[in-house]
Amino acid sequence: MKVTTIVGLEVHVQLLTRTKIFCGCVNRFNPNAPNTQTCPVCLGLPGSLPVMNEEAFRLSLITAMSLNCELASFTKWDRKQYYYPDLPKAYQISQYDLPFSHDGWLDVSTDEGEPRRIRINRAHLEEDAGKNTHDESGRGGDSHVDLNRCGTPLLEIVSEPDIRSAAEAKAYLEDLHLLLTYLGVSDCNMQEGSLRCDANVNLHIEQDDGETIATPIVEVKNLNSFRGVEASIAYEAERQQNEFAETGLKIGDPGAPAKTTRGWNAERGVTIAQRIKEEASDYRYFPDPDLMPVTVSEEQLADVRSGLCEFPAVRRARIEEDYGLSKYDASVVINQGQDFADYFEAVAQVCGDGKQAANWVTQNVLRELNERRVALDEFPISAGILAALLQQIVGGQLTVKSGREVFDELLSGHDEGTPPSEDRITEIVEDKGLAMPSDTGELDALIDATIAAHEKAVDDIRNGKLQAAGPLIGKVMRQLKGSDPQAVRQRIIERIQQT
Amino acid sequence: MSELTADDVKKVASLARLTLAEGDVARYQEQLGNVLNYVDRLDEVDTTDVEPMAHAIETVNVFRQDEPRDSLDREQALANAPQTDGTYFLVPAILDEG
Repeated sequence: MKVTTIVGLEVHVQLLTRTKIFCGCVNRFNPNAPNTQTCPVCLGLPGSLPVMNEEAFRLSLITAMSLNCELASFTKWDRKQYYYPDLPKAYQISQYDLPFSHDGWLDVSTDEGEPRRIRINRAHLEEDAGKNTHDESGRGGDSHVDLNRCGTPLLEIVSEPDIRSAAEAKAYLEDLHLLLTYLGVSDCNMQEGSLRCDANVNLHIEQDDGETIATPIVEVKNLNSFRGVEASIAYEAERQQNEFAETGLKIGDPGAPAKTTRGWNAERGVTIAQRIKEEASDYRYFPDPDLMPVTVSEEQLADVRSGLCEFPAVRRARIEEDYGLSKYDASVVINQGQDFADYFEAVAQVCGDGKQAANWVTQNVLRELNERRVALDEFPISAGILAALLQQIVGGQLTVKSGREVFDELLSGHDEGTPPSEDRITEIVEDKGLAMPSDTGELDALIDATIAAHEKAVDDIRNGKLQAAGPLIGKVMRQLKGSDPQAVRQRIIERIQQT
Repeated sequence: MSELTADDVKKVASLARLTLAEGDVARYQEQLGNVLNYVDRLDEVDTTDVEPMAHAIETVNVFRQDEPRDSLDREQALANAPQTDGTYFLVPAILDEG
């Protein structure tokens, strides 16, 4: 019996606009000041009229392009009717039959190397609802409603059921997260609900007779972490398999609902059955007469396209190639976002050694950013200054170890009020005597003296016992502060072969 | 359009969270049915080659700039609420939370 998990994801992403989708209220996560970011449009008061936010539409187009979607030349808005206290109008403005984009794909990175192409069914634009807080005492107290979130621009991205495991679902979401944050269309802050996910899960079970049976589809709601997505799908796959073993119920059987809804309980690590989902027709969609349709011309699309940055997957491949990075290093650089990738490229171009630049930005710089909890634009060492430091390492005037000393000194200087600069680097190198000998004369003289005093070791080296160089390196190093042991070792062997 | 049934009326009422007395169902069935029958007369028009209409007015691309405007004070926002605690709108406990 072969069991395959079939998953499609519906992802809701809040867009990074200044204002809401249909009114001028600020679009800001603000649960501490409930009901202070509303207006007659948000509240659904009679006579109020929504007007589409141009920026929300532009960000939507960018996202759809990055997901390789086809963009509709004509799109409109529809009312999705349902009655719930977080939705004062009793309908959500959404897109039904003419979404602004459809039929795209996202290549998802996998451990095997070759990316997996997950098709996108559609991406459409809609408004978010408010937030209900329920009385959890069990005494049936009133629910609290905060309408600050009403009208936040929301992009719904619906994948085809192409995902084949819990881990793959997580990878899809991580790649989507990277893409959206990289493009700056959303902050994708999952704690704040900027990125939320529902998963449609069922199983294809191949029977011994070769026939494949599909279990009824379950929609798992309220997934707000990468781990939650992975864990809930893994749980649900196992649950469905057990249920199938018990009931033998398959999709389309009499008594088997076409689709049921379950909620993920992260604390208990289980999915729990919820109300039967209303049929799509129960939403009674119809075109919203308050909003005008939107047409998109080829010229407008070309305009948006020309302002696009290089997409992360493309850039990852390019920097891997251009700077000779490992796949891993290229991923670390890109996963930190556009500013970080820009910083890396600036350093790499000036210092002329991509691998060296990658080591420094993904280790030293990243560690400092995390420890200091600052963004790159607040980091004291600019790309230009780091590049100047690395130039000296690449040029052989400084060892990597000394470079780290300078780096740390630049930062502690900054903390004490001395801004890092190229002159500061020179000062630190001089003060600490870190400079490698500018010509090899001093080093060679030392080496020659050491060789002359240790004939036995020199003979051993000549006879191929290279480890005999160890004590010689130590002697030279003690007299030449800050030298690179590798460089010294190399030079010792060279001198011995020359004499 | 087939005749509106009593079940249709009950379903629509439940979607709108309305409680209908059993005695009212027949009355609404008749009234709503009349409205639908009237609208059904549109079916007499041959629309074979007519594009579906997305909007009654042929205007497109009405946008606003992404510029913030003042919101209502909380007091104003809550002014019409049947029940509030001065901070939130209050509604009776929701049991079938999805």
